[in-house]
Amino acid sequence: MIEVQDLDVRFGAVHAVRGVSFAIAAGESFGLVGESGSGKSTVLRALAGLIPGWTGAMSLQGRALGPKRDRTFFRSVQMVFQDPYGSLHPRQTVDRILAEPLAIHGLDGAEARIRRALEEVSLSPIVRFRYPHQLSGGQRQRVAIARALIADPSVLLLDEPTSALDVSVQAEVLNLLADLRAARQLTCILVSHNLAVVAHLCERLAVMQQGKVVEALDVAALRAGQAQHPHTRDLIALSRDLDG
Amino acid sequence: MTNPLVEINDLRVDFPGPNGFVPAVRGVSLTMGREKLGIVGESGSGKSVTGRALMRLLPPQARVAGSLRFDGIDIAAATPRAMRALRGARIGLVLQDPKFSLNPIMTAGAQIAEAWATHRRGSAKEARDAAMSLLDQVLIRDPRRVYDAYPHELSGGMGQRVMIAMMLAPQPDLLIADEPTSALDATVQAEILRLIDRLVTDRGMGLMLISHDLPLVSRFCDRVAVMYAGRIVEEIAARDLHAATHPYTRGLLDCMPRLDAPRARLPVLARDPRWLA
Amino acid sequence: MISSDWLLSSEPASRRQAAWGRRYQAWLAFRRNPLAVAGLAVALAMLLMAVFAPLLATHDPGAQNLANRLQPPSAAHWFGTDELGRDVWTRILYGARITLGMVVAVVLLVAPVGLLVGCAAGYAGGWLDRILMRVTDVFLAFPRLILALAFVAAMKPGVESAVAAIALTAWPPYARLARAETLRIRDADFIAAVRMAGASPWRIVLRHVAPVCIPSLIVRVTLDMSSIILTAAGLGFLGLGAQPPLPEWGTMIATARRFILDQWWVPVIPGIAIFLASLSFNLLGDGLRDVLDPKQR
Repeated sequence: MIEVQDLDVRFGAVHAVRGVSFAIAAGESFGLVGESGSGKSTVLRALAGLIPGWTGAMSLQGRALGPKRDRTFFRSVQMVFQDPYGSLHPRQTVDRILAEPLAIHGLDGAEARIRRALEEVSLSPIVRFRYPHQLSGGQRQRVAIARALIADPSVLLLDEPTSALDVSVQAEVLNLLADLRAARQLTCILVSHNLAVVAHLCERLAVMQQGKVVEALDVAALRAGQAQHPHTRDLIALSRDLDG
Repeated sequence: MTNPLVEINDLRVDFPGPNGFVPAVRGVSLTMGREKLGIVGESGSGKSVTGRALMRLLPPQARVAGSLRFDGIDIAAATPRAMRALRGARIGLVLQDPKFSLNPIMTAGAQIAEAWATHRRGSAKEARDAAMSLLDQVLIRDPRRVYDAYPHELSGGMGQRVMIAMMLAPQPDLLIADEPTSALDATVQAEILRLIDRLVTDRGMGLMLISHDLPLVSRFCDRVAVMYAGRIVEEIAARDLHAATHPYTRGLLDCMPRLDAPRARLPVLARDPRWLA
Repeated sequence: MISSDWLLSSEPASRRQAAWGRRYQAWLAFRRNPLAVAGLAVALAMLLMAVFAPLLATHDPGAQNLANRLQPPSAAHWFGTDELGRDVWTRILYGARITLGMVVAVVLLVAPVGLLVGCAAGYAGGWLDRILMRVTDVFLAFPRLILALAFVAAMKPGVESAVAAIALTAWPPYARLARAETLRIRDADFIAAVRMAGASPWRIVLRHVAPVCIPSLIVRVTLDMSSIILTAAGLGFLGLGAQPPLPEWGTMIATARRFILDQWWVPVIPGIAIFLASLSFNLLGDGLRDVLDPKQR
């Protein structure tokens, strides 16, 4: 479904991503784990077409992706951002935010689609005409998820979707994402610094450090303690340490 | 011990909203000595407001009621002058993001030296030496380089060390750390907390660690107060946390994904309106 | 059907109800600001005076009566007469048409151009940004009046060329302002999200970036109105703006300025008109800014 080969991204003198490769099958959920500055979000943004000037090869369903993406790409690939306070337009109501992708792709039945989208993420119809600043962090992230899914994409890119949320809200959003993924057979890439979150939502993961993938393994192996690379082991130890 | 270090009695804080006052803290009472107390809660629980009320750092339009005592001194009645002497000199505050709490146009060393000189008398040379020694105490390997560095040249963890060094300069009795590691990576987070832990223990200070992260706090504190909607719903010794009784505390512990065992669904915290009563 | 309950419902049933409810709430918020309401009232009154000038005037604005020149305010001439014996009240009314008309025309020309140039430059970045901003700098580098003078001198003097000249010199600050606001938000996640929705750059600039810049632009416009009036007056005074028989406020002050010591009301009355117009637009703009930001409510 998605293939990334030797992806390299530079921002001026900073070599943010160095030769990252991975492949994801349809319906699979793949995690990218690393600390800040490891390049994990940059990989996701390059894949989403939000960063110009990368080198390497990326393809979606066998079709190579160029530096500019067309509308059909954005129809099938959508993204949920980390900060629900920054990813919703501060001067647009939820209704307007959800209507925008429908207008761009020329989809009809906007009224019914918006209602259904809100229902799907368990938001009450009351929030439809509210502004983002009138919603809680969890509600905003639900709106962002509804926006990502409203034009029925097949791939969902998740950039730290729960790290700005309280743990109790994180649990709700993770459950929601798991449900939606199962219901719509989405292919997901989840970027997170939190190993436990990635392990909860993904089958396979890659650990990144300083722009490189240092280890790729499946979650069962991770849980069984079969990680080899010292950085992966460090992250596991820290995560376990706090699990008590 | 004659006086407890901090004595808060029925603290209430309200902020003005468009439709009248909105309560942020609704009757918090707690006492702490020279110990490590964690205050845990989710956003909006009033944990940071409680810490700031103790330093009288709330915006002027906030309405504060109840009594706050620090080492026997009535915070509400203290003059602005007495308050300035208290802040910094006897109570230090470490905030979440060193990027915002350090002055961007002063070198790290100069800021520490200034913090030292504000509360002590001494020559510029003594202030400089004190700053160097403080940088050394917060385990910065190359104090000379960091002394002359500007905050934007430092990593998040390094910035937070400088911040801690600044707060320790006047040798306070209490350190309030408000989400001191939330902006940092997990590996750095552990280092910083261990550092705070060691410094506080060595100097016999009190530590008030305010955080949203229950497991983290319980690891570094002796006692944990869990706040929900402006109240303390449970106070418990950190080592007994697994035996917490309040459903909110239990819910917070349960709803996290775990690395050791897969779980099909995460238990969702059902907020009981009775917790507000 | 339209009751305040319907408008204030926290659960609007339709887009239309939500939109009207928002407008009504904006109005309620606006009404809570007495200065802004006063500004709106004065601005509206002036506009109405301009529109209904022929009905409200007591004399012919051009009729001279040299026997009756420089009279103080009286029952026959409410605001007195000028150096040619023309009724000042009448000339103020007709002057409102010209002065306010020029201001509105300049604003309508300048604000959209500045907004578009600034947003496009800020959002696109790269060479487009460089070219547009250097052009802006060229216009900014000249003193406003001098540049306007040069433009009018090249065209034929008159109200239209004054408007064109002022507009040409007034847009650069708007472009700068819009660009600064655009740079602040262009890398925000909410813009990335719209890009992910597949929106074209034009759609993003027009529908998502520009609306964010509008409130600060409105405030800037209202602050600029007085300086537009003054530039117009300056051009008129130099004989390059509204031509003498026309009762433009600035021109009226300019021609009457030599009577300031003996017949002070002749220049002061149009001065008060300019002052009131500028102040009311200012207060109105301040009130609008607060209301236009949904977070303020």
